[in-house]
Amino acid sequence: MSIYRFVVNGAETEVDVPGMRRLLDVLREDLALTGTKEGCGEGECGACTVLLDGAPVDACLVPICQADGADVRTVEGLAGPPGPPGPAPEATLDALQTAFLQTGGAQCGICTPGMLMSARAYLDAGGGPDEDAIRDAIAGNLCRCTGYTKIIDAIALAATPAATLATRERTGGTA
Amino acid sequence: MTTRTQSPGAIVIQPGTIVPGRARGVAPLRREGPAKLTGAAKYADDLVFPDAWYGLTIRSTDAHARFVALDLDPAFDWSRVVVVTAADIPGDNIVSSIKSDQPILVPVGGEIQHHAEGLALIAAPDKATLRAARDHLHARTEKLPAIFDPLESDHEFARYAVGSGDVDAALAAADLILEGEYRVGHQEQLYIENNAMIAVPRDDGGVTVHGSLQCPYYVHAALKRGLALSDEQAHVVQAETGGGFGGKEEFPSVIGLHAALLAGKAGRPVRMIYDRHEDLAATTKRHPAIVRHRTGVTLEGRLIAQDIEVIMDGGAYCTLTPVVLSRGALHAGGPYRCPNVRIRARATRTNTPPNGAFRGFGAPQTEFAAETHLNRIAEALGISPLEIRRRNVYVPGDTTPTGQVLRDSVAGEEVLERAAEASEFERLRTRLASARTGRVGSGTIPGSPLRTGVERVASGIGLALAWHGAGFTGSGEVHIGSVASLELTAAGEIRVLTASTEMGQGTKTIFPQLVSEALGVAYDDVEVADADTAFVPNSGPTVASRTAMVVGGLLVQAAGRLRTQVEAATGGRFADTYRDHAATYGPIRIDQRFEPYPGVPFDDATYTGDAYPAFGWAACVARVDVDLDTGEVHVRDVVAADDIGRVIHPVLAEGQVEGGTLQAVGYATVEEIKLRDGRYLNDRLATYIIPTALDAPRISTILVEAPFGSVPHGAKGVGELPMDVGAPAVIAAIADATGVWINDLPASPERILAAMADLPAVAGLRPGASEPATT
Repeated sequence: MSIYRFVVNGAETEVDVPGMRRLLDVLREDLALTGTKEGCGEGECGACTVLLDGAPVDACLVPICQADGADVRTVEGLAGPPGPPGPAPEATLDALQTAFLQTGGAQCGICTPGMLMSARAYLDAGGGPDEDAIRDAIAGNLCRCTGYTKIIDAIALAATPAATLATRERTGGTA
Repeated sequence: MTTRTQSPGAIVIQPGTIVPGRARGVAPLRREGPAKLTGAAKYADDLVFPDAWYGLTIRSTDAHARFVALDLDPAFDWSRVVVVTAADIPGDNIVSSIKSDQPILVPVGGEIQHHAEGLALIAAPDKATLRAARDHLHARTEKLPAIFDPLESDHEFARYAVGSGDVDAALAAADLILEGEYRVGHQEQLYIENNAMIAVPRDDGGVTVHGSLQCPYYVHAALKRGLALSDEQAHVVQAETGGGFGGKEEFPSVIGLHAALLAGKAGRPVRMIYDRHEDLAATTKRHPAIVRHRTGVTLEGRLIAQDIEVIMDGGAYCTLTPVVLSRGALHAGGPYRCPNVRIRARATRTNTPPNGAFRGFGAPQTEFAAETHLNRIAEALGISPLEIRRRNVYVPGDTTPTGQVLRDSVAGEEVLERAAEASEFERLRTRLASARTGRVGSGTIPGSPLRTGVERVASGIGLALAWHGAGFTGSGEVHIGSVASLELTAAGEIRVLTASTEMGQGTKTIFPQLVSEALGVAYDDVEVADADTAFVPNSGPTVASRTAMVVGGLLVQAAGRLRTQVEAATGGRFADTYRDHAATYGPIRIDQRFEPYPGVPFDDATYTGDAYPAFGWAACVARVDVDLDTGEVHVRDVVAADDIGRVIHPVLAEGQVEGGTLQAVGYATVEEIKLRDGRYLNDRLATYIIPTALDAPRISTILVEAPFGSVPHGAKGVGELPMDVGAPAVIAAIADATGVWINDLPASPERILAAMADLPAVAGLRPGASEPATT
C-alpha cells in the first residue's frame, strides 16, 4: 500500500492503495465515482474512458501509480454544480451533454460516460464538426445501441460555434 | 436525415401538429437522459450494499460429461466462504422457462450438457478470497460423446410445418427452379453492460434481486420455483440496464437464481457481476441456422412455389427455442405473395451453450436466406432486384401461408419505393456496373497477381426487403393476458405502472407521452414507476417489439377510462380538475387487461390463422466497397425505410432503426463465433468484434407511418424490424461489387476471397440447377 495524490474533477484527492490497483477501481470503489463504467476490463470497449491530464485513457488499463500527481476528469466533472431545484435538470448539463440529450446520442447510457470523455478531449483539442474526424475521435468507444449516428450528430452540434447555430436559426437553415 | 412519407392509409403529420388519438407535438427529451449523461444513473454494479460478498460460478469445462464429484481442497480454509451446490436448492432445480429441462446447477451424478454449464457457486467477502477458493475447488467429470452438429442431433426441441397450395405441382410447372442453402452462425448481443445481479436476503425468508434485466416477472417466476418462494417473498427490481437486445430476456433468471442461492446461504447480499469473458462464454447467443430454399418462378419473376427447410441449433437447453423457431418459420418466405408454400422447420439440441433471444428472434436468420435467394433469382432471370420485389411484394388483400389476409397497415411497397428513391438505387446500380465493366483489365499487371490501386476496390449496391410480425407470435399475447396500470394518487400524481423496462429504447419517455396526450396534461405531469415487482403489474416481458404497441395501447385505454371517470365526477376538463378530484375522492387505479385484437385467432395445432396482429415493413439499400486484394468490406452508407405504424417519438424511433441497422451490418460482415469442441474460441471482446464508429456506415432513416388500426395510437413497434433487413442488403451489395454470393454469414475477408478464387456461382443458375452447399 502506498499513498497516491492526484486531482479528481478539480478536487485534491489522496488514496492509500496498492500501486497496481486499477484507476477504474479507485474511482468506482474507493471514491464512489460510479459514473465511469466497466465494459470489458481489457481496453477494448472504452466505457471506462476518463481524461488523464487531458488525454483520454481507459481507466481499466491504468494502474493508480501512473495517475500519481495527475489531473483526472470523469463524467461527474462535466456538468456544473446542481442549480436550484426545478423541472429542468438539464440546466446543469454542459454544452456537450446537452447536445447528446437533444440529438438522442444516449440510449441505454452505459457507453455514454466514456463516449462523453472522448468527445470532450476532441473538443478541447479544437476538434470541429467534421464527421470523419469525429468518427476517428470516438473509434475507441463501442456503442451497441445507436449505430453512432446520433452520437456523431451530438458531437458535431457541440463543436459548432454558438454564433453559427444562431445564424442558422435566424435564417431557417439546417445543419 | 429523416423524412416521413405517406403510405396507403397513412396520415402525413407535419411536425408540431397534434392529431387526435396519438401522441405528437414537440418530442420531449429522454426522461432518464440527464441521469445517464451525468453518471448519476445507477446500473447494477453501481449499487452499493454494505457487507455484500462477491459470487462466482464454477463451470464445466466439458461439453458433455457425467458430473462425478466436487472436490474441495482440505488445505483451504472453507469457513471463509460459502459453497452452493444443487443439494442446496430449496425448490425445483429448474430454470423456469418453456420446458423444464435446464437445471439451476448440475447435481453431482447428473449430466453436463455444455462446457459453460454451472456446477457450483461460491461467495466470499473479497475478490482475492473468491479467486483463491475457486483455485482450490475441482470438479471431477467423466466425458461423454458430444454432438455439435444440429443436423446430426436427433433430439428435437420443436418442429413446425407451415404451408398452403400444392408446392410439388407448382414446382413441376415452373419456368425456373432455383435451389440454395444459406447458413448463419451465432451472434452475441454484446450489450456494453454485462449481465449482473445482486441478491439481498429478506426478513420474510425471501430474497430481493436487483439487476440488469428485460423481464422482471420472468426472474420473479424463476425465483419462486427454484427457491420455493411465495409471490411476495420473490422480489425483483430492475436497475438501470445497459442494453439488452434479447440477451437479458431469459438469462437473468439463471444469474438471478445463482445470486439468490448464494445470498440465502451466506445470509447477506451477494453480487454476481459477470466480466466480459464470462458473459461471452456463458450467456445466450442468436441461434445458428441452416436454411434451404427450392423456389419455382415464372420467367417474369413471379413466385409460384416456395419449398423451405429451416434447421436451427438450439444449444444444450430449450430456453425460448420453440418460439424463436416459430417466428423464423413464419417469416421464412419473406414479404412476398406466393400461392404454394411449404415451410418445414425444426430445432435440435447440441452440446453447446443454449441459444436464446436476440433482436429479430429467428426472423433475421430466415429473412437473410429468403432475401439472398430472391436476389439470386433476380440475377438468374436478368431482372433488377427492385423490379422483382415490385412484382411479388404483399399488397393489401393478399394472403400469407397461414391463411392470414393482410388488410390493415400493409406498407411493403411503400418502404421499397421510398428506400429505392432516396438511395437512387437503379441509377447507382447502373453507374457502378458500367464503372466495373469499363475498368476490367485496366489495373492489372500481366503475369502478376498484383493490382494497382485503380482496380483494387470494387463498389456495389444491394437491396433487401423484410416484414416483421408486430408483437408476440400467434396466441402468445392472449396466453399472457398482460395488465398495465395507471394511478392517480391521493396527492394528485399521475403514475404509470408497468413491468416494461427501459433499456435504452425509450419506454420511460414514450409512456408519459402517450398518457399525457390522452389525458390532456403536460408530459412532465406523468410519472413512470420503477420496474419493481412489489408494485407494478405483470405487463408482460419487454420483448418482441411489443412495448409501444401492446403496453402503450393498454395505457392509452387506461388513460381514457381515468379521464372519463374524473370528468364525469367533476364536470370539468381532466387537466383542470384531477388534483381536486384526488384530494376529494382519494386515489384511483385503473388496471387495463389485454383483450385480443380483431382478426382470425391463430391455431397453434394447424399453424393457420393470423400469425401476428400486424406486420412492420422495412427496406434497406446498402453501398459497399470491397477491397479485391484483401477481401475487406467497407459498408459506406445505408438507407433504411421502416414502417413502424404511427411514430410516437421520431428521435427515439430513428435511434432504434440506426442501432438495429448497425447490428445487422455487423452480422453481415464481422460478427462470428468460432467453436472448437463446443466451446466458443473468441470469447473476449478482443476477438469477438463489433463495428466501431469507423466501421459504421452513414445511416439515413426514413420513417413510414402506416398506422395499425386495432390500437388507439396506431403504433406497431420498431426494435426488431431493422435487424431483419440489413444483412441481406449488404450481402447483395458485395455480390454486386464482386460477382460472388456469400451464402454463409459473415462475409469475412476469408470467405470473400475464397468465393472469388473459386468463381462459383451465377453461371450455374440454370433452370433446375442445384447450387452446391457452401461452407
